[in-house]
Amino acid sequence: MRNKKTSEEVALGIRRRVFEHSMRNNGGYLSQACSAGEQLAWLYNEELKLGDPTLPMIPKPFEGVPSADNPNYHTGAGYNGPFEPQYDRLFIAPAHYALVAYATLIEVGRMAPEGLEMFNKDGSSVEMIGAEHSPGMEVHNGTLGIGLSTGAGLAYGRKLKGEPGRTWVYMSDGEVQEGQTWEAVQAASFHGIDNLYAIMDVNQQQCDGAMDSVMEVGDLKAKFQNFGAVCVDIDGHDINAMRDAVNEPHDGKPLIILANTNPFHSMPILEERFPRLHYVRFKSEDERARMNVSIAKDLGVEPVDYSH
Amino acid sequence: MVEMVSRPYASAFEKFAVGKPEILCLSADLTSSCEVDGFRDRHPDQFLSLGMAEQNMMSFAGGLGLAGFRPFIHTFGVFMYRRPYDQLMASIAYPRRKVRLMGFLPGITTPGGMTHQSIEDISVMRSIPNMTILETGDATEVESICEAADSIDGPVWCRVLRGSVPRLFDTPIKVGEMRVLSEGDDILVVTSGITTEEAMRARSALKEAGLSIRHIHLHTIKPFDHKQLLDHIGSVKHGVVTIENHVTEGGVGSLVAETMADAGVGKRLVRLGLKDTYAHGGSRAYLMRYYGLDALALVGGIEDIMGQKFGITEEDMEAARVDDVHSLVKAEAL
Repeated sequence: MRNKKTSEEVALGIRRRVFEHSMRNNGGYLSQACSAGEQLAWLYNEELKLGDPTLPMIPKPFEGVPSADNPNYHTGAGYNGPFEPQYDRLFIAPAHYALVAYATLIEVGRMAPEGLEMFNKDGSSVEMIGAEHSPGMEVHNGTLGIGLSTGAGLAYGRKLKGEPGRTWVYMSDGEVQEGQTWEAVQAASFHGIDNLYAIMDVNQQQCDGAMDSVMEVGDLKAKFQNFGAVCVDIDGHDINAMRDAVNEPHDGKPLIILANTNPFHSMPILEERFPRLHYVRFKSEDERARMNVSIAKDLGVEPVDYSH
Repeated sequence: MVEMVSRPYASAFEKFAVGKPEILCLSADLTSSCEVDGFRDRHPDQFLSLGMAEQNMMSFAGGLGLAGFRPFIHTFGVFMYRRPYDQLMASIAYPRRKVRLMGFLPGITTPGGMTHQSIEDISVMRSIPNMTILETGDATEVESICEAADSIDGPVWCRVLRGSVPRLFDTPIKVGEMRVLSEGDDILVVTSGITTEEAMRARSALKEAGLSIRHIHLHTIKPFDHKQLLDHIGSVKHGVVTIENHVTEGGVGSLVAETMADAGVGKRLVRLGLKDTYAHGGSRAYLMRYYGLDALALVGGIEDIMGQKFGITEEDMEAARVDDVHSLVKAEAL
């Protein structure tokens, strides 16, 4: 099921789906599609070693939270394939990227397009902030900063069991403001957890605006290295750079790839909304119409007919 | 004289964990303080030092759970829920990871003061869906806490006693049950943890005062057998006294109050414990007296319900244990 498309094509497909969805719903996580498109495309389309999905192409409705009274509960990890020793695992640490992650699952043939129609609908498992039971998710990461620690624990456990599969964490740069991120890096380094991989969308944006206006975080590469990780800094829209970065030797240390991205990449009109890019809700029908025309042109599609 | 057992957790955990590679011993820089230093030295392959970084430790443990391990986290109870509460919720409780949270220094069992005394942990844990709560009241319960906790399909909060611990019982914890220590019909006394020994100290004095006490000890606080408690309440004439090493809001006293209210029981209830207050640093005996958690306080609670004084004094109680602050069986003077 892999490599029917190039990762560049998958990235474009992700953006088209997020664009269409956001137009129809008068808003969405558009900027995350701009910044994250290539990274998620690269992970799912070529880098991750995943088995075939174990859950239905059209997601089941919400079936309850974990409890002793809900014995059939399962997470959405089945969209990434079965838990087998040779396969990789992926956590989407910023669960706010869920819309983009769902679009990725569709583009790589792991979920039906109908899944996106269920986004943020009452009673749906395709939640706005990815939950454990949402497609492609395995743990709750909506509280930012816990993803890398969870990945480190899973990776350590898999190492103890001699499993060859890697544990990947998709991260966002805002998470480095959380102390837990650094606790996780020092622990992964101290315990030699080198089957732990992270790629971080360094788009320099967070909910309140540009990160430098909210809380400066300094030189991320130097910080990650000082905390004991191997860290590579790349252009986050250059898939060849990702292919090279993952080959960086990192014996006994986690590998962290900083993917520097542009939050308006491929949708330059979004710059009008800077610095509030976290969730783009159109402020007027005029803005919605202008963005519709402009982004459609950038993405090579017809404007979305959202009138009905 | 009650038998005292030195460091029961140390040998119990080692005996339990050896030969079970899926059990991992996690520690956050309080390894000897939680009596697992010997285990660390003898079984380094099952030991994981995670440093003073509890937020990471909780999520990391959740990840270990995902990989099929059953981590036992060892640190002081306060450090496992106050700072890393979000991680406890998202990485352990919600997904029902089989993480065993071994919380040392419950309540005022430490002179460490506010920062070290977990006085509201039961209240917090009772309100967390999927959480099981166990509390040890003697050496036998400490010795059986690992098996009891590991029998649970989900996360477990354990209040663990350390150092020199009295042996009060001769049977291990059976999760979900309660111990019936006396079967009188005037007053029901409900205790857990270290307050059970206090109630036992007052036993003979109360008997001499002509009172028939029904005493139950709880090691399983959640899930809870409400029906059995109601049967005991129905067996006494005058009322119920709870006494707990915890604030009276949300702990055992609240549990009993909720049970009574839900069932429409119209008897008196006196809840003893920390009364909407923090404690400060001091010896256990001093703190139990100062905050009204000891045998004398229990007598006061019973007098309140009975509406009469019995003239019982400290001299009438059975011998109290006096713990050395600087005991050799404790890693530090906490």
